[in-house]
Amino acid sequence: MRRTELTADSVAGPEPVLEARGVTKRFPGVLALDGVSLALRPGEVHALVGENGAGKSTLIKVFTGVYRPDGGELRYRGAPAAFATPMDAQHAGISTIYQEVNLVPMMSVARNLLLGREPRGRFGVIDAAAMYGEAERVLAGYGVETDVRRPLRTLGVGAQQMVALARAVSVDARVVIMDEPTSSLEPREVETLFGVIAKLRERGIAVMYVSHRLDELYRVCDRVTVLRDGRLAHTGPLAGLDRLRLIALMLGRDLDEVRSAGLTSFDRAGQPRANGQAPVVEARGLTRRHVLDGVDVSVRPGEVVGLGGLLGAGRTETAKAIVGALPLDGGQVLVAGAPLRGGSTAAAIRAGVSLLPEDRKAEGIIPTLSVRENIALAALPALGRAGVVSEARIDKVVEIFMRRLRIKAASPHQLVSELSGGNQQKVLLARWLAVRPKVLLLDEPTRGIDVGAKAEVQALIDELAREGLGVLLISSDLEELVEGADRILVLREGAVVGELSGDEVTEERIMATIAEQADG
Amino acid sequence: MAELTHDRGGRPAGRAAVLKPQVYAWVQDYGVYAAVLALLLFNVLFTPHFLDAANFRTQLVQVTPIVIVSLGMALVIGTQGIDLSVGSVMALAAALTVLYLGYGWLPALVVAVIGGAVVGAAGGALVAYVGVQPIVATLALLVGVRGLANVLVPQLVEFRNPGLIALGSSSVAGIPVIVLIAAALTVIVLFVVRRTTFGRQVVAIGGNRSASELSGLPVKRVLLTVYVISGLLAALAGVLATARLQASDPTSLGQFIELSAITAVVVGGTPLTGGRIRVLSTVMGALLMQLLAATLIKHNLPQSWTQMVQAVIILAAVYATRKRGTR
Repeated sequence: MRRTELTADSVAGPEPVLEARGVTKRFPGVLALDGVSLALRPGEVHALVGENGAGKSTLIKVFTGVYRPDGGELRYRGAPAAFATPMDAQHAGISTIYQEVNLVPMMSVARNLLLGREPRGRFGVIDAAAMYGEAERVLAGYGVETDVRRPLRTLGVGAQQMVALARAVSVDARVVIMDEPTSSLEPREVETLFGVIAKLRERGIAVMYVSHRLDELYRVCDRVTVLRDGRLAHTGPLAGLDRLRLIALMLGRDLDEVRSAGLTSFDRAGQPRANGQAPVVEARGLTRRHVLDGVDVSVRPGEVVGLGGLLGAGRTETAKAIVGALPLDGGQVLVAGAPLRGGSTAAAIRAGVSLLPEDRKAEGIIPTLSVRENIALAALPALGRAGVVSEARIDKVVEIFMRRLRIKAASPHQLVSELSGGNQQKVLLARWLAVRPKVLLLDEPTRGIDVGAKAEVQALIDELAREGLGVLLISSDLEELVEGADRILVLREGAVVGELSGDEVTEERIMATIAEQADG
Repeated sequence: MAELTHDRGGRPAGRAAVLKPQVYAWVQDYGVYAAVLALLLFNVLFTPHFLDAANFRTQLVQVTPIVIVSLGMALVIGTQGIDLSVGSVMALAAALTVLYLGYGWLPALVVAVIGGAVVGAAGGALVAYVGVQPIVATLALLVGVRGLANVLVPQLVEFRNPGLIALGSSSVAGIPVIVLIAAALTVIVLFVVRRTTFGRQVVAIGGNRSASELSGLPVKRVLLTVYVISGLLAALAGVLATARLQASDPTSLGQFIELSAITAVVVGGTPLTGGRIRVLSTVMGALLMQLLAATLIKHNLPQSWTQMVQAVIILAAVYATRKRGTR
């Protein structure tokens, strides 16, 4: 397979199933795509990479009929194509799985899977039994075993994503575009996904795979296209292209510079940093039925404590419980020794504990407001007098943080929803830094953001810890967790099952700790 | 408020809208101003006696209650809510005003406004603390409070309190007092929305409630306050309307005003999805509808024409808002 792909590259190769030729797309003030060409061939897995703002999302939207190109040509199955709507593209055989699951949360799993092509009985009535049977059969193939009668929203994000994938693939697709498909999957689910991708390849379906996780690209992809600032930076076979070279292409940086900076931007040279000091935040016996089972966590000033574990192990819930955003059946949170009133995020913030939530879109940004208003939001009461805000003080704070975090926006007054994911994340970090917290709880701070922004966020976490901020870091990226944290608590099924510190903080030990418990 | 438009021509919005995203944005931001200006210009040129002070005054006095009510409505809609109870609150205020008029017009006004605030608090508590959907909570109040007002004052009651009559009919420098009050309230609400912590919190909650909760905003308290303000403004509108009528009429006062207020807010470009409040545009929206009705009547077109043209304007406003949203 791989070998034929390589020869295919050197000669003309099989006719591409989907192709962009010199595609240009303009938005007010931005040239999002500048003469980009990309050919997707049947039976290949094609990686599409680049920093946020490189034009990946725009290109995908051109392929799927969301946007029409301003210049250049789109060809599908050997003929010029112009999809008027996403529906047209879908009917033509281009399926897309987006980062955010696009399904109907209130309907049953089975209905979601078979929406629009439910098995019909007499009189055109939906044959429920047949539908449930079919859905169970299909999902079993994707390693999802669940009651397909339950509403979709009761499933975990990972399982929901598998349903979305199963749906996309089962509608006669010739091209499947996956946008960050693994960002909310557990390792086991990732394996299942890769299995599915292998099957797609055998069936001659072209897969476009968008991801920031290089490991995955090298495992499943045949070829890679790198976009940078709306232009084509590189396209070619992935085998033989080394990792650092790929990163350098994405960042547009010098290879040596990347090499000396390492793959993550953490610098743990000065550790351990927090010996002897009293914990700034201490959670004792956090308990909530079916979710948390007596979790103890403490963070000292200047310490980065990692929370490890699989999806659904209770990491996000622990963080939410600490800031009072999750009702508890038992347990207590102490900040600098004083108990915190439960159930009040405002009280936690006043005491100096803030949470950067996992779901940026649903729980983080206020899409209708500007970058400026989003940054100032939590600090508003402090940035005014007698309930009247001081524009001058807001401007000052906003300017400081936009510069310090290198937030890329046309102006502070640009809508936050128009920024790239990485910049939105920085806006949220700025929102919290503006209230001067003692402890920051970071839930997946680098998920779904580009390599450059990721490095900047990691460096910032480091810097903040050095300045004495306590950090609780939740990350599914083991490398990030290991290089970023001084100490790691491993959670499983809502309980702390292990604590690693010093030399024990390695990817192997974390995985072993999770695995031990799984066996026992 | 007019300075926003003086340097731009009243370009026909429908034609411009098919051109460019910037034009959509412009139509959404300033379309209502342009439409008011265009209509004024049309009237100056083609409507006899339009520039008479008396005519102007009548138009403004008529639209005043709608303007005041729509200020509160804009705040509520900014939180993704809606307040259907405003018309009934006006009726309650009318009833309370005549009931307490014996103590003097000012105490009566205060009691009426407190009554409106209490109704607002009831709606706000249902929405913020009990979690009832705004449309349902305020629909219940729409029905119930009108009933209460009718129980208090079963039929139309005329009054001769000179203070209250003066409030409704006197002018300062040729401008009716109630118009001045509406203008002052507009300035106050504008200040609250633009310059206070509370105002910022209102739009943030409308834009993303869970993010606002996680950011430590007092979400429930803010929601409650918004409905209290809406009730308070509606009650004030009720007192002023009563003063102008020189009679309390709880049976019909304020009927369907919630629809006019929502129309003003929507035509002004405040999206029903929340997260954005346009105070001056809301006032302009109310003026546009009033001016439109007056223009068509002056040109001897029947009421039914006005309604159909208003429908077109509402749809055009929603269309402009939608374009901004999908950009």
